[in-house]
Amino acid sequence: MEATTLIARPSLLRRIFSTDHRTIARQYFFLSLFAVVVGVCLSLLMRFHLVWPREKVAWFEAIWSVRAEGGIMTEELYLSLMTLHGTIMVFFVLTLAPLNAFANLVLPEQLGGKEMAFPRMNMLSFWITVASFLTLLSACVFDEGGPIAGWTAYPPLSAVGAVSGPGEGLGQTLWFVSIGIFCIASLLSAMNIISTVIECRRPGMSLMQMPLTSWNWFVTSILSVLSFPVLLAAGLLILLDRLAGTSFFVPGDLLIAEQHSPHAGGSPLLWQHLFWFFGHPEVYIAILPGMGIVSHIISNFSRRAPFSYRACVWAPVAIAFLGMLVWGHHMFISGISPYSAMTFSLITMSIGAPSAVLVLNWLGTAYQAVKLEFTTAMLFCMGFVSLFVTGGLTGLFLGQPEIDAYFHDTAFVVAHFHMIMGMAALFAVFAATFYWFPLMFGRMLDERLGKLHFYLTFIGAYALFLPMHFAGFAGNPRRYADFTNFDFFQAGMPLQRWITVTAFAMGAVQLIFIGNLFRSIFSGAKAGANPWNGPTLEWNADAEIADRGPYEYPDAGADAN
Amino acid sequence: MLLGLILLATVVAACLLILHPPVWFPVAITSAAVAYDRQFSWTLWVTGSLFIAAQLLLAWIVIRRRKSVTRPATSSGVRASLFAAVAMIAVEIALAAHGNGPLSHSEPKDAETIEVYAHQFAWNFRYPGADGVFGRVGTEFIADAAGNPVGIDPSDSRGNDDIVTPVLRIPAGRDVRLLLHSRDVIHDFFVRELRTKQDIVPGMVIPLDIHADRIGQYEIACAELCGLGHNQMHSILVVMPGEEYDRWKLQH
Repeated sequence: MEATTLIARPSLLRRIFSTDHRTIARQYFFLSLFAVVVGVCLSLLMRFHLVWPREKVAWFEAIWSVRAEGGIMTEELYLSLMTLHGTIMVFFVLTLAPLNAFANLVLPEQLGGKEMAFPRMNMLSFWITVASFLTLLSACVFDEGGPIAGWTAYPPLSAVGAVSGPGEGLGQTLWFVSIGIFCIASLLSAMNIISTVIECRRPGMSLMQMPLTSWNWFVTSILSVLSFPVLLAAGLLILLDRLAGTSFFVPGDLLIAEQHSPHAGGSPLLWQHLFWFFGHPEVYIAILPGMGIVSHIISNFSRRAPFSYRACVWAPVAIAFLGMLVWGHHMFISGISPYSAMTFSLITMSIGAPSAVLVLNWLGTAYQAVKLEFTTAMLFCMGFVSLFVTGGLTGLFLGQPEIDAYFHDTAFVVAHFHMIMGMAALFAVFAATFYWFPLMFGRMLDERLGKLHFYLTFIGAYALFLPMHFAGFAGNPRRYADFTNFDFFQAGMPLQRWITVTAFAMGAVQLIFIGNLFRSIFSGAKAGANPWNGPTLEWNADAEIADRGPYEYPDAGADAN
Repeated sequence: MLLGLILLATVVAACLLILHPPVWFPVAITSAAVAYDRQFSWTLWVTGSLFIAAQLLLAWIVIRRRKSVTRPATSSGVRASLFAAVAMIAVEIALAAHGNGPLSHSEPKDAETIEVYAHQFAWNFRYPGADGVFGRVGTEFIADAAGNPVGIDPSDSRGNDDIVTPVLRIPAGRDVRLLLHSRDVIHDFFVRELRTKQDIVPGMVIPLDIHADRIGQYEIACAELCGLGHNQMHSILVVMPGEEYDRWKLQH
């Protein structure tokens, strides 16, 4: 960022289309905040419909005159909300907030620099992301409504056009365009982060002197560069299937809704391979930055270097590497060979080892703390550890092909990934927000409101998602717009009502955070230069780094490992 | 402090939920399903123990009052990390070794072969009839309204005696091989009591071998999002005594 813009007040245009990494960080933050509010509202609408499917709500019709005629939510509306919920949460919340928002905010200074490697490209990647988001929303406002094929968009359902269902025409096409645009933005942003880590470190700082957050953003970006192009290519191919009459993913001789399909020779499983080759690394793209954030913040508030800095570096690297090799565990029941299923299973289970290393390090750091300080950020990190353990352990069920055969596509899977990818990853985002808020807005978030929000959210996370596993034990399939057609659902309806009521309570609790956020932006206590007494360079721009681990406190006498 | 107490309460709540579950698995009707339940229980014991241990450890770290330490011991970090990795691998080997593994399945001989046809949004099942041979099918012959939902070729005499039903009847105590077909999008054949499911991919014919021991009626659901009527793809699996099944087939 040129120094002149700080002196002369920049024009409005320059402030909107800014190349300043902190401005872009705030832009990413607010985009993902808006996205998460929309995503949560969608989930509440879905939960409402699942337990009160015939309930008339007047304002449903005001928003969706066709798909909620008479105020009753139709099943196509439910499925389109579900598709939008998954897409928004995975791409625009869990990818943008932990990686793009916070890496932009602190990465340059953590490395002893001042700016990202490519400031203009940084601006470009944000605005391309905005274009992607607007395209996604536009997919849902045209007459026929949003697509209903879920965020995984399996063909042939997603590839043959309007004939396969409502929203599968223009809506599904725009959905693929949106995701393609998102891939481009993520690629640019990931290349920027990688370049920054490699090129923009202060002279003398070795890779093994980088804070763990920088390490995790670095590794996450490498995952992005390896996986997003595959999704982009797959998306382009499926758009060709939809628009140009090719047949990459559609086999021949299909009869869809009484119409003979002109396609021939494609493979639906090819899409699943390509999609999950992206999709599984994507879940690590969502959680790896959180691991870095948690390692970093626990170390700060334990006033000591991590239990083992090297283990905290190499465990995420191992997770990322193994994470590239396990996409097949999403396809155990897809008709792949049992031999490949066994291979994918063994690699999947082995991810437990580096995960256990991380948990040990988080617990070990806190256990050997010089002084434990339970700030809100630290509390969210402790919550992350608890949820990460719980969500990780249920993965040991799903990683076994024969156990997965029953749980696949049931509420158990939904509970599993909401626990780890939803709750744990968002806890890391909350922790990061409280911790780096001073760098974002020069003020502090209110700690009392923060702790209240933490405790209620933590209780809510378990109250909501632990019981959901039981719906999976009972074999309830996911992605059902209505539970009334099957007898076996009926015994579980009290449980479903509990989940819905808890979800609404959880939604209400988040208003505490939103209120705290906006109040503190305008009238929070002014933050000092280093309010948490943090050891890393984003708080101490002038600190010496030679011969010093990133988490060493020269004054406290703690030594790095 | 409060977080520690919440963690303790969470552990207690999780144990109570397992002891008094609001809903649970349905009955297991095959020996494979019984083996499934055994492996599930084993996995639950192993992961449940790790869950309780980790949450209690975290609670203890949060609750305990400790003296201020000026210089923490750190030399053991790498060794302890390696130990954690090895221990976790051991746990996973214990899990996998206890299971049957995906390769233990052997193809049954002389199985009763039944074809499963899924489409948006219904199920059909075809039996080869008295001649024991399935007639040729083709998408071009499909006529749902005219009673030919699987598209049996009328010019093929072997298909004349084929039985097509909307309900799946199978004999108890015999090997049954289901051949799964889809004419449009991906569906999934899921019967909870079998403890398994199998995607039905258009363009592929995927076999699913079952051997049900328990007579009764069980719901068949579609478990792969297949479009608007996904939740309406309901059918019934009827497991009948062998002789009754033979009689039923003869009557058609």
